[in-house]
Amino acid sequence: MTQRAAGAGDELAERRYEPVIGLEIHVQLKTRTKMFCGCELAFGEEPNTLTCPVCLGHPGTLPVLNAEAVHFGLMIGLALGCEIAPRSIFHRKNYFYPDLPKGYQISQYDIPLATGGRLGDVRIHRVHLEEDAAKLVHAGSSGRIHGAEASAVDFNRGGTPLVEIVTEPDIHSPQQAGEWLRLLRATLKRLGVSDVNMEEGSLRCDANVSIRPAGTATLGTKTELKNMNSFRFLERGIEAEIARQEEILRGGGAIEQETLHFDPATGSLSSLRSKEEAHDYRYFPEPDLVPIAPTDEMLARAREALPELPAARAERFERDLGLPAATAKLLAFRSELGDYFEEALAADSADAPALANWVTVELVPRLEDEDPFASKVKPRALARLVAMVSERSVSQSAAKEVLDVLAAEGGEPAAIVEQRGLGMAGANELGAIVERAIEANPKAAEEFRAGKQKAIGAIVGFVMRETQGRADGGEVNRLIREKLGA
Amino acid sequence: MIAREQVLHVARLARLALTEEEVERMTEELSSILEHIERIGELDLDDVEPTSHVVDVENVLRADVPRPSLPREKALAPAPDPGPAGFRVPSPGAS
Amino acid sequence: MSELLELSAAAAAERVRAGELSARELFELYRERAANEDLGAFLWVADEAPEVPADAPLCGVPVAVKDLFCVEGVPSTAASRILEGYRPPYTATAVERLIEAGAPVLGKTNMDEFAMGSSNENSGYGVVLNPWDRERVPGGSSGGSAAAVAAGLAPWAIGTDTGGSIRQPAALCGIVGLKPTYGAVSRYGMIAFASSLDQCGPLTRDVTDAALLLRHLVGRRDPCDSTHLEFPGEVSLPGAESLTGLRFGVWGLEEEGVEPGVAAACRAALARIEELGGAVEEIELPYAEHGLSAYYVIAPAEASANLARYDGVRYGARSLDGDLTSMYERTRAEGFGAEVKRRIMIGTYALSSGYYEAYYGRAQKVRTKIVESFRAAFEKVDFVVTPTSPTVAFKLGERTANPLAMYLSDYFTVPMSLAGIPAISIPAGLSDGLPVGLQIAGPPFSESRILDAAHALEQAIGFEGRRWR
Repeated sequence: MTQRAAGAGDELAERRYEPVIGLEIHVQLKTRTKMFCGCELAFGEEPNTLTCPVCLGHPGTLPVLNAEAVHFGLMIGLALGCEIAPRSIFHRKNYFYPDLPKGYQISQYDIPLATGGRLGDVRIHRVHLEEDAAKLVHAGSSGRIHGAEASAVDFNRGGTPLVEIVTEPDIHSPQQAGEWLRLLRATLKRLGVSDVNMEEGSLRCDANVSIRPAGTATLGTKTELKNMNSFRFLERGIEAEIARQEEILRGGGAIEQETLHFDPATGSLSSLRSKEEAHDYRYFPEPDLVPIAPTDEMLARAREALPELPAARAERFERDLGLPAATAKLLAFRSELGDYFEEALAADSADAPALANWVTVELVPRLEDEDPFASKVKPRALARLVAMVSERSVSQSAAKEVLDVLAAEGGEPAAIVEQRGLGMAGANELGAIVERAIEANPKAAEEFRAGKQKAIGAIVGFVMRETQGRADGGEVNRLIREKLGA
Repeated sequence: MIAREQVLHVARLARLALTEEEVERMTEELSSILEHIERIGELDLDDVEPTSHVVDVENVLRADVPRPSLPREKALAPAPDPGPAGFRVPSPGAS
Repeated sequence: MSELLELSAAAAAERVRAGELSARELFELYRERAANEDLGAFLWVADEAPEVPADAPLCGVPVAVKDLFCVEGVPSTAASRILEGYRPPYTATAVERLIEAGAPVLGKTNMDEFAMGSSNENSGYGVVLNPWDRERVPGGSSGGSAAAVAAGLAPWAIGTDTGGSIRQPAALCGIVGLKPTYGAVSRYGMIAFASSLDQCGPLTRDVTDAALLLRHLVGRRDPCDSTHLEFPGEVSLPGAESLTGLRFGVWGLEEEGVEPGVAAACRAALARIEELGGAVEEIELPYAEHGLSAYYVIAPAEASANLARYDGVRYGARSLDGDLTSMYERTRAEGFGAEVKRRIMIGTYALSSGYYEAYYGRAQKVRTKIVESFRAAFEKVDFVVTPTSPTVAFKLGERTANPLAMYLSDYFTVPMSLAGIPAISIPAGLSDGLPVGLQIAGPPFSESRILDAAHALEQAIGFEGRRWR
């Protein structure tokens, strides 16, 4: 065996890297009014119809904090297991941009609403309140101003309450990032504090990505990825960034700290800000607002408003109802599906794992809308159907037919079974069919009598065809054996 | 003392276009003002808490109840360049 | 000259209440004077007398309003070119309360641009002349309001005080000016200079008028201002004739910057206090001498953010010659005057990365020490007394070339602003024919007691301040 001296370049090229990922999530809160003024929040209204002197940043106006936004913030903090700050304050983050009417964003800085916490396997660094920017619409070259391209600002969205959630860098793959964000989304949805719609921007996720040689503990230089407005883009964006960083390091280069914009159309990343525009936000305490010091009452109210959260629910489904882990997660992370399942379970004392299986495997593909409650299949009806299968008053395959009818027209499963003759074949009917089956398969009957067990299959098959699946396989077997004197 | 480059940097942060003459005057004036201000640098303030506000109240909150917004025309009326899509500005990053 | 002009605002209100004078006649008298004045005190004057409810407590006595207050549909520019033509879509709470109380807006008064200045020479719309000597400044930043009241162009006025902007021009124009406790008057609709310091207050001919106007500026909490506080009880109208049992702590009379004439007038006033039964003693106010340094960090820092909204996007002036950045830079370069730019620069610098702790952080700590100094002082004395301004009104142009010298005008007024405590300036006498102001400060929400003491002293001094003859 010849010894080969590994060159430094080869070592670099062959080194395995571990990604270190942290997420920053902005959540638009579902309050009725804006963070600091009484303008209503609505999506898709005519531009600049939901504004007032305060959210337009008119001279002399002052912000007054929305109590419900604080309540929602506290709920999120508690749901994520954070410690609520006894006294938190707002700062001004100063920068110029047309979508920022005051020339500063009111945000929390060194003393956020909540810190430390955990969701699933990812630790939470902080949770804070801030206001959203307005919407800047690029008018393109059609509406030029002095020859330059023009944009128009719509302040309807400006001042929407936001909660920013920052995780610790505990994520180590794009898939883990996606899965964790789904859990967070389900959690927030369950809390009822946000629409959490990534396409509409009520849930926005930035990722801080760095890589380090596998097995080492130091953190590499991180980059910030923006604009990943779907779970798929989040995973693809992070994947692309990991690949880009690996290529740079393998080539002996160094990662530059920068903000990158992910273009979903091309899957490429481009630098957002040039270095000389380095930001200096000149944070200082917002003198127009007073501190938030959550009282016992505020905390109690937030605690009481907490529903059972997806992670806990999945655990309960698994532990108390004996559901398989994957099914339990599926139901718990899509909270309406979980609610549907539980309502069905309460309606009829069905077998929980069977019911869960019917919900996730049979019902979901038949749904037209995300929301199962919008379907014509009422939870009670599905539960009854599953019970009928357990009671053997309808067969598996017939029950699927019944479900098709329920999904298309609604109604009661028993009535559909009755109407369409989908019930189990009765004892007399079945007995007659078995006799016919034996007559029609004399050879198989002979072979079976001679001891060839397998031969019964042909006779069973005949019965099943005749009954169109409305017979229980075990019962059919028993009857044939009886008739053949076995 | 404040250097000319710092004056230019701060002017950029504050979005103020300064003429050459203003830059020179500002460098001088800011230096003398800052020199006066810097006297507080000699005080022993190690264990002193900062005061950002003298009002000693907390939790001033507003009920989440909608109030009428401005009619769109009234919102746009004072704008230098109003348009149907909103307040028009040169696009960021465009030239 | 109409004898009506001789009436204080409170006396005029009494006449109207008694049915001896019509509110419309009174309004027209002042409207006429304000529209034809030649001091540069007004930037806008109302066309006609608005309807005033018959039972309104201020009986239609009109008020001059500093141009820093937004009044719906009325030009409100903070004396800045950047807000030229701006007519706000809403009205400031303070103004609304006065209108409700029966004091309609007579006009908008000139001021230093965005309230930054101590001479009113920084207005984007011209200087204001001091009615005592037209070659001198009226003080600032509420110079228009002070000159208007002193010259009988308005029965009374409101102004704003961030570091002395009510008290100093009141002193230089020989009238009464009160800066209330921080938070006592709503700031909603008052164009912000330095949010943690700005406070609205009255500028009046006498102490009684100041009390009456203040009574209607304060009150129930304004839901539009998070830092506004409900005033404890009603502001009482002053009636004291004696100062027996009250202790006055004097600070700063020995400072080298105090003009001898100013010191002499203040000493004479102190002698009156003792004659009225008050006890006068020298006190220490540790760190107050550093107030000016702290103030000239904190106020510009807050201002640099407060003035970032003037960007040419939603209202006000816009200068355009290409891309977005140059639109911002030119709009602000052309719209703001020199002093405003200077303060934005200081404030931006003080907050910028690497300098925050050295400037802003330390200034806030000095502020803490000053708050503590006053607290300690008020354990020994009822009031702190100082000259309002180290000098009498100075000549126009005398200090414009030297910003630092101008800032020193605020030496005695800034500590009270930093501590958020109420302080009044009343005329103490004359120095070379020009008015000298005496400042009396008390603990938070001690306005009624300050006004009472100031009233007793005012009666004893008997200052003759009418400048319209």
